[in-house]
Amino acid sequence: MSYLHNIGQYFLMIKEMFRKPTKWSVMRHLIFKDIDDLIINSIGIVAFIAFFVGGVVTIQTALNISNPLIPKSLVGFATRQSVILEFAPTFISVIMAGKVGSFITSSIGTMRVTEQIDALEVMGINAINYLVFPKFIALMLYPFLISIAMFLGILGGMAACVFGGFASLDDYIAGVQMDFIPFHIVYAFIKTFVFAFLLATIPSYYGYYMKGGALEVGKASTTSFVWTSVAIILLNYILTQMLLS
Amino acid sequence: MIEVNDIHKSFGDAKILKGISTTFEKGKTNLVIGQSGSGKTVFLKTLLGLYTPDQGSIIYDGTDYSDLSTDEKSNLRSKMGMVFQGSALFDSMSIAENVKFPLRMFTKQSKSEMNDRVDLVLKRVNLGDAHNKLPSEASGGMQKRVAIARAIVNQPKYLFCDEPNSGLDPKTATVIDNLIQEITHEYDITTIINTHDMNSVMEIGQKIIFLKDGFKEWEGSNKNIFKTDNEAVTDFVYSSDLFKRVQKMYLEEDQ
Repeated sequence: MSYLHNIGQYFLMIKEMFRKPTKWSVMRHLIFKDIDDLIINSIGIVAFIAFFVGGVVTIQTALNISNPLIPKSLVGFATRQSVILEFAPTFISVIMAGKVGSFITSSIGTMRVTEQIDALEVMGINAINYLVFPKFIALMLYPFLISIAMFLGILGGMAACVFGGFASLDDYIAGVQMDFIPFHIVYAFIKTFVFAFLLATIPSYYGYYMKGGALEVGKASTTSFVWTSVAIILLNYILTQMLLS
Repeated sequence: MIEVNDIHKSFGDAKILKGISTTFEKGKTNLVIGQSGSGKTVFLKTLLGLYTPDQGSIIYDGTDYSDLSTDEKSNLRSKMGMVFQGSALFDSMSIAENVKFPLRMFTKQSKSEMNDRVDLVLKRVNLGDAHNKLPSEASGGMQKRVAIARAIVNQPKYLFCDEPNSGLDPKTATVIDNLIQEITHEYDITTIINTHDMNSVMEIGQKIIFLKDGFKEWEGSNKNIFKTDNEAVTDFVYSSDLFKRVQKMYLEEDQ
C-alpha cells in the first residue's frame, strides 16, 4: 500500500509543481543557480567517466574480436553504437542519479529538517514550485551533458584503439561512420529527456516528503538513488521496446 | 484578532489538540505555554495553516480560514510572519537577502525601495551592519533577530513565534522578548508566542494560555498567573524554587 501511496503522492507533487508559479524575477535566479549546480558542476565527472569508459568499451570489443575475417573497423562501429544507444544516455543517467539525485534530495531534505520549507509555506509560497520547478527546467539542459558524454566516449575509444594498437585511426573512424542511423540519436535524446525528468522529480520527492532529522536525510538520499535508478532502468527498457523494436 | 473555536487535531490515533477555543487580541503579546508534548507546536502550526484542523474553526479578523480558496489562503499567509524555533533562515542567502525575500516575492517595489526597507528593519533589530553575512556566520541570537526582521519586513498583520528564545543565553533571550513586545505594540499586530520559558511569561505575557495534554487548561495574564490555584499551572510554573520565591515576593508586594 505504501508504494501506491508514494506513487500517488509523487504524481500530485508533479501537478503541484505547475500550479501557482513563483514570480519570474525570483524563478530566473533559481533556474540559473540550478543550471550551475546540476549541469555545469557535473561536466567534469561526466567527461572523465565518458572518456575512460569509451576507452574500455573499445578495448573489450577489440579483445573479443579474434576472427581475422571480421574487419577492424567493427571496433569503431561497436563503440559508437554502445556509447550513443546505451552508455551515454542510460549509464551516465544512473551515475547522475547518484551525483545530482543525492544533491537534490539532501538539499531539499535539509531544508525540510531545518523548517526552511515550512517558512516558505507560511509565507504563502508554493514550495514545490519554488524548489522543484527550477530543477526540472535546469535539467532540460541535460541533453547537452549527454552530447558531451557521447562525443568524449567515442573520442576515448579512439584514443584507446589507436594508442593500444588494436586498429588504425582510419579503421576506427571508418567504423564510427559505418551504417549510421540518425534515428538512433533521436532515440537517445528522447530517453535523455525522460531521464532528465526523473532525475529532477524523484529525488525532489524524497527530499520534500522526508520526515525526521539529519540521519533521515542520508537515508532519503540513498532511497532516492535506488528508486531513480530503478525508474531509469525500467523506462529504458520500455522506451527501447517502443522506439527500436 | 484571531478567534479559535473548538479546534481538534489528530495524527493517526494520537489526538494532539482536543477542543481548544480562545481569542488572540491585536496589539498584545499572546503566549501559549505548556510542557513539551502538550500540543503547543501543533497548535501554532494549525493557526498558521500548515496543519488543517479535524474540527473547529480559526477566524482571522472575521475571515474563516476554512472558507478560503487555496489562493486566498496563500494571500492570507503572506500577511503572516513567523519566527521558527531554529530560525529557518535560507542557508544559501545572505542576511540581507533573507530579509528581502518576502519583499521580492510579494511586492512590486524597486530594488532601492527594497534595500531601504531591509536597512530599516535590520537597524530595528540592531543588525545594521550584518547585511552580507551568511546565516552560518551569525550567532544564535543574531539568527533569531534576522528571523524577526524577515517576519516583519512585509508589515504582517499576524506574528507567530515558536520558542523564540530557546537555546539563547538569558540576556539575549530578554533582548529577543523585549524586541517582540516592542514590535507588537509599534506595528499593532496580533502576536502569538509559543514558549516554555518562564522569564518570557513574567516579562511579556499580556495574555497567557496554558495547554496540557491537548486541552486549554488555563487562560490569564502574567499578573494573575501568580494568583491561580490551578494545580497543573502551579506545577508547571513553580517547578523551580526560584519561581516559588518570585511568587512569594510578588504576592507580598501585592498585599
